[in-house]
Formats: sequence, structure tokens, C-alpha cells
Amino acid sequence: MAETITIEVARYRPEEEGEPALQSYEVPLNKDWVVLDALNHIKDHVDGSLSFRWSCRMGVCGSCGMTVNGEPKLTCATFLSHYAPGPIRVEPLKNFPVVRDLVIEMTDFLEKLQSVKPWIVRKDDPAPAKGEFLQTPEQLDEFKQFSMCINCMICYAACPVYGLDPQFVGPAAIALAQRYNLDSRDQGEQERLDVLSQHEGIWGCTFVGECTEVCPKNVDPAGAIQQYKLAATKDWFKSFLMPWSKQ
Amino acid sequence: MAKRSNEPLLWALFSGGGVAAAFLLPVLIFLYGLAFPLGWLQPPDHERTLELVQHPLTRLVLFLLCFLSLFHWAHRFRFTLYDGLQIKHLNPAINLFCYGGAVTGTVAAAYLLWTLP
Amino acid sequence: MKPPVAYRQYHPKWHRTRVSTFWWSRKWSYLKFMLRELSSVFVAFYVVILLLQLHALRGGPDAYQGFQDWLRNPLLVILNGISFLFVLFHAVTWFNLTPKAMAVRLRGKRLPDVLVAAPNYVAWLAVSALVVFLLTRQG
Repeated sequence: MAETITIEVARYRPEEEGEPALQSYEVPLNKDWVVLDALNHIKDHVDGSLSFRWSCRMGVCGSCGMTVNGEPKLTCATFLSHYAPGPIRVEPLKNFPVVRDLVIEMTDFLEKLQSVKPWIVRKDDPAPAKGEFLQTPEQLDEFKQFSMCINCMICYAACPVYGLDPQFVGPAAIALAQRYNLDSRDQGEQERLDVLSQHEGIWGCTFVGECTEVCPKNVDPAGAIQQYKLAATKDWFKSFLMPWSKQ
Repeated sequence: MAKRSNEPLLWALFSGGGVAAAFLLPVLIFLYGLAFPLGWLQPPDHERTLELVQHPLTRLVLFLLCFLSLFHWAHRFRFTLYDGLQIKHLNPAINLFCYGGAVTGTVAAAYLLWTLP
Repeated sequence: MKPPVAYRQYHPKWHRTRVSTFWWSRKWSYLKFMLRELSSVFVAFYVVILLLQLHALRGGPDAYQGFQDWLRNPLLVILNGISFLFVLFHAVTWFNLTPKAMAVRLRGKRLPDVLVAAPNYVAWLAVSALVVFLLTRQG
């Protein structure tokens, strides 16, 4: 018999139990298996009632974020062997309501994401007949890091400010706002600033910095937020000293 | 236009204070808190200190140091109380304590530096 | 933020975990954050000492001597020792975080964080040396 490892999975079936409880499973400790493989093994061969989200298995879709031994992780990029001899505790992402087992409710995040207009805003809409907007590699480089975000919400799970105050817009949404602000083709900076310069926008952030630490795509949301604060402060002083500059 | 928030001003003061405190406090606390009292170094006497502080530039630096450092404290401490103790409902009291304290200290610093012989 | 979307009320009950009051004690990086934030208390503490010093300075040589003697109180020395460690921690974290807030670009490339933080440290050393020079130069 091959080597195995114990996985403790948080189960929550609202029609059966009032509180989530851990359930243990033994899974093969294959050295090329990630936590997501183990969950799929359980679902396919041991207990079909286990619920969790996943899709691409390769760190692109951002669906499989969970809490592994207390840390928010993409389970498709977290190897079992890293935690050997175990046990491994798998729980849903923190700071979100749990719908069932490992599935969290993310409407709040999606609404916040939308509120910062993460798309190219143009004043000359519809797009000019001349064709596409051109951009140099240098201009692309300005925002490329922030565009790597896959909306996996791992930064929200790591952010104590979001956990304490769900009104806070949160790391990924602000990083994505900054991604479009820094895009040479975009003209929506002021619109986004009007949303984010509110109290629940950037000002709630106390720069814990964990969002940047846990990001699987090296997006650096903490940096984006600080840059945003600086920009908002400049904007504030500008409109304070020169009220006529803004209509 | 969106509601005007005063957060940018408070954040600017917080940041300014962070810079001022980072540059000056370690050396000042090392000298006045440790090196002088423990006799590692000889402190300047009353006459020499007065001479130093009377210089307009010193007065300005000390005033800015007090003013910005206090607002740095007020901002950070306010959020520490919010997050660390989860007492956001005491908001008005916390704000009064933090920013009121900062204003009081700043006024005291201005008065002391202005009226120095 | 908008009120919750309407379909939520038909949803089965969710489980919500409340963040513990001592969330910051559970993890080293959170604790480090809390200590960094608490350094501000020592920043304010020093300002209070500075104000007392200015007050003593106005009171004449005797009052000033009294202030200097007061600083020799062992309790105060210990407190100042702790205070020194905290402001040192503040300074280092502050300088290291500056590159995050300012993405400095040179010829289209973002400068590495180390290069943005380094001038801070050089300036810090220079300022500290100047203060030591001014305060220990006799006569």
C-alpha cells in the first residue's frame, strides 16, 4: 500500500449542521499531487457530497482558493508533499460567508470589483474609427504587474481590515483600479478616484501588507493602495489649492 | 462631485510625521533617553542647549517635529484602536482623544518655542 | 456600498465567522504589524518628553538640571530603551515601505525597491550624525 496523508476538510451542510466541523480523509501521498487533486480524489472515490470550487487546475482561473493549514492558498498550486507527514487542514477562505463546505459566497467581492470600473473608460466613446489604441511595451510595463490578478480573493482572505470591516473595498479591486489608471489608453482615473477616495475606499487600509505576501500572482495590491493614497492626496491638495482646476 | 473627505489631509500629516519621526527620533531618543543619562556621552548644558534651540531653524524643525509626529501618532493610534480592539463604535471619542491630543500638543509646542527667551 | 442583492434572502443560511478580538496575536506577520502601529505611542511619548524639556529650558539652568536628573531615573531609562527599539523599528519599516508607495521609474523601467530605499538610509545616517555632532560639540 502506498504512503497516505490525512486531510481534515471543513464540512458545512446548512441543512444538517449549524456549525462547520472537520472531517478526516486518508488520501494517497503522490508527490505530484496538489491539495486540489486530493479533494478531487475524495469527491470521485470517497465522498461525493464534498463541495468545492475549481476549474483550470493551473493557477489561471482563481476558483480554488482555500485556507490550507491556516494560510490562504490556491489549492491547485499547493503540493501535498509540502505538508507531509500531515495532517493537512483545508478550510474555506476566511472573511467570507460560507455557503457549503469549502464554497464561499463572493457576491460582495464581485460588486466591489464592479464599483471601481475595471475596464477601459474612454471619454470619446464609441471607440474611434481609426482602429485600436496603440500602446508601447514601456506603457504596458507600467501596469502589467497589476493586470496579473486572477480575482482569486486570496488577498481578501488575508486582509484583516476586510475581515473587520466588510465595507472596505479591499486589495484586489483597488489593485485592478490602479491597473486601469496606469493604462495609457484609459481616461477613467477621476471616476475611480471618486469611488475610492471615500472612507471605505483606500483610507481603510492600514498597510498590513499581507495581501501582497499571499498573492499567488505577485500583484502587490498593498503597493497599489499606497500609490493610490499618494495620488488621492495630491488630487485633494490640488483641488483645495486650485478649486477651478476641477469643474 | 463626491463628498469631500478630509482623509487625504490626515494621511498627508500622518506620512509627514512618519518621515520626521523616522529621521529624527531614533537619534534623539538614543541621546536623551540612553547616552546622556547613562553617561556614555556628555550632554550640552543649559546655556548651550538654549543657544541651539534659539536658532530660528532649530525652532522650526522642532515645531514641525512635534506637530507632524503628534498627527502621525493620532492617525496610527486611531486605526490601531479600531482594528486591534474592534471599538469602531467609540469613533467620536477616539477621534477626540487622538486629534484633540495632537492639537493640544502642537499648540503647547508652538507656545513653548515661540516664548523661549 | 449598495445593500445586499435581493436574492440573498432566499439563500440557505450561510456560516459567518466573527474575527476574534485578538486576531493580531495569531500570526507573526500580524503581530509585527501591530507592533509597528504601536510604535506611534512611543513617538508621541518622545514628543511629551521634548515638550517637558522645552519647558525646563525656559525655567533656567536649575530647572534644566532638574530635567536632566529626572531622565536618569532608572524607570525612565528602561522606558526610553524600549522606546528607542520601537522608533528604530518604525524607522526601518517606514524606509522599507517607501518604495511600495512610490513606484519610481527611470527610462521606462521601475527601479528596484532597494535602490529607492537606499537613499533614505544614507540620509538617515547623515541626519543622525549631524544631530550627534550638534549636541555633543562642546562650546
